[in-house]
Amino acid sequence: MRRAHFKTSWIVAALLAPQLLVIFVFFYWPSAQALYWAFTLEQPWGGGNTWVGFENFRNVLSDPYYWSSVRVSVIFALATTALAMGMALTLALFVDRQLAGYRAFRVALIWPYAVAAPAVGLAFQFVFNPGAGIFSYINTISPGLWDPSRYPAQAVLAIIIAGAWKQVAYSFVFFLAALQSIPRSLTEAAAMDGARPLRRMLDLQLPLLTPTIFFLIVINITDSFTDSFGIVDTLTGGGPFRATDLMVYKIYSDGFRGFDYSGAAAQSIILMLLVIALTFVQFRYVERRVHYS
Amino acid sequence: MIERTPILNILTHLILISGLVIILIPIWLAFVAATQTLQAVNSAPVEFWPGDQLWVNLREAWALSDFGPKFINTLIVATGVVVGKITLACITAFAIVFFNFRGRMVIFWMIFITLMLPLEVRIVPTYAVAANALSPFQTILDATGLSGLIATLSGVEVRLEWNLLNSYTGLILPLVATATGTFLYRQFFLTIPDDLVEAARMDGAGPLRFLWDVLIPLSRTNIAALATIMFVYAWNQYLWPLLIITDRANYGMVVVQLSDLVPDQLTTGGGTPTWHLAMAATLVVMLPPIAVVILMQRWFVRGLINTDK
Repeated sequence: MRRAHFKTSWIVAALLAPQLLVIFVFFYWPSAQALYWAFTLEQPWGGGNTWVGFENFRNVLSDPYYWSSVRVSVIFALATTALAMGMALTLALFVDRQLAGYRAFRVALIWPYAVAAPAVGLAFQFVFNPGAGIFSYINTISPGLWDPSRYPAQAVLAIIIAGAWKQVAYSFVFFLAALQSIPRSLTEAAAMDGARPLRRMLDLQLPLLTPTIFFLIVINITDSFTDSFGIVDTLTGGGPFRATDLMVYKIYSDGFRGFDYSGAAAQSIILMLLVIALTFVQFRYVERRVHYS
Repeated sequence: MIERTPILNILTHLILISGLVIILIPIWLAFVAATQTLQAVNSAPVEFWPGDQLWVNLREAWALSDFGPKFINTLIVATGVVVGKITLACITAFAIVFFNFRGRMVIFWMIFITLMLPLEVRIVPTYAVAANALSPFQTILDATGLSGLIATLSGVEVRLEWNLLNSYTGLILPLVATATGTFLYRQFFLTIPDDLVEAARMDGAGPLRFLWDVLIPLSRTNIAALATIMFVYAWNQYLWPLLIITDRANYGMVVVQLSDLVPDQLTTGGGTPTWHLAMAATLVVMLPPIAVVILMQRWFVRGLINTDK
C-alpha cells in the first residue's frame, strides 16, 4: 500500500477504460456466452435457444469420442510434461556447471521457444514421414512398419515428441534461472564438506528446485491443454481415426466444422473448469513462494 | 571454486552435446530438406548434408505462399499487439497503483482472472463476438429495454454493428488485453519510492506528466522484456487468424500459410509431396521470432521469468 497518491479524477476512468472494455467484450462476454450455449439448444427452425439444463453436458459425457479425446489429452499432457521437464532439468543442471562454452549451449537451448506451434508440427511431420523422413529407416526393415498416418499409437507418439520438443526451452529457462539463484556460499559449503558435484546435484540443487519443478508441472500441463492446437493441426489433423483429437482440437472441429455450438460450448466449459482448477493450484503455490522468500 | 573432475567434465560435455543434437536434429533435417530437389527429398535414404537448392526453394516457396504481403501483414499485427499490450498494461497498472479509489483490487482481479480463459478455450463464442464486436452492448440494450425506449422516443432503431472479421483490428484487438503485462507493470510500479511521487507532486507534475516523464523512462527494461515476449506471441498466432481471416490475399499472416503446405491428398492431389517447399517455407516463417529471441536474449529471459508467462 502506498502513502502517496494522485487525486482521483476522470483520468483514472480514462486510463482503465480501454483494458476493461477489451476484457469485457473479448473475455467475459464470450465466456458468459459459452455458459449460455452450454445450457441451451438452438432451435432447428430458428426462434432462439431453449433451456435444456444439463442435456448438452450429458450428451458430451456420454459420447465415447469425447472420452477418447480426454484420454489422449491426458496422456499427451503427462507425457510431454515429463519428457520436456526431464530433459530441461538434466540439461540445466549440467549447463549450470559452467564449463567452457556453456553460454553457447544456453542460447542453443533457448531459441526453440520462439518457433510457432504449426511450424513445429510441420517440421515433425516431415521428420516422421514414412516415405521421406528419418523414420523411413524403420520401413527398410519391413515396409509399412512405421506410418503415423495409419497407426494411432504412432500418431500419438509423434505429437508427444513434437509437443515435448516445443516445451523444453521454456522449462530450461526457468530451471537455469532457479539454479543460478542458489547462493554460491551454499554450494561452496557443500563442497568443503566433501560433496562432489553429482552429490550436490542430488542433495542440494534438486531439493532447492522443488518449487520451480512444481510450478513448471502446472504450467506445462495447462499449456499442453490449450497450446497444442497448432501442432495437432499441421502434424496429424486429429487423425488417424481421431486418435490425436485433443480436447482443444475437438472443440474447434465440433464448433466450426460440425456447427454444434452447444456441444462445443459444453466442452469449452469443461476445459475452462480444468484450466481454472490448475490455475488455482498455481496461485496457491505462488502465494507460498512469496511467503517463504 | 576449483575442483578437478575430469571424468565428470567429459560426461557433462557428452550430455550437453547429445541434448543439443536432440534439439537441433528436427530443424537440421528440415533445413536439409529445404536444400534439395523434389526427387532428392523423396528418395529413400535420408540426406544429412545440405544440397544446393536452398535459394531456389526459398524463392519458390516465397512466391507460392505469397509471403511478401503476408510478412507485412504479420509485422503490422505483431507491432499493433506489442504496442497495444504494453500501452494497456502500463496505463492500467498506473491507475491501479498510483490512485486510491474504491474497487482498485476488484479491477486488478478482474484483469488477472482473464489468465484462466485462454483464447483456445473460449474460441467459439469469441469468434461470434468478432463477427460483431458491439453485439454485447446491443444485447444489453435489448435486454434492458433501452433500445425499445430509444426507438419510441427518437424513432431511431438501435443497430450496433462492428464487424471485425477480415480486418487488422480483428487480428489485433482481441489479443491486446494482458493480465501478465499488467501484473509485471504493477510489480514494477510498486517498487517506485513514495518520495519520488511526492517530489513530482511538489514540483507540480500531474499524474500524466509523472507517467510520461518519470515512469516510462524508468520502465525501459520492462518494455524491452515485454516487447520480446509479446512479439513472439503475436507472430506465432495461428488459430485466431485461421478463423477470422477468410480473405487471406489481403489479411493473411505468415504462420497460417503453413496450413496450406501440409503435403496430403488435398494439396498434392496424390502427386509427390513437395517437402522441399514446405520445409523452406517453415524456415522462413520461424526465422524472425528466433532472431528476436537470440538478439534480445537477456531481456527475453528476464521477461519470461518475471511474468511467470
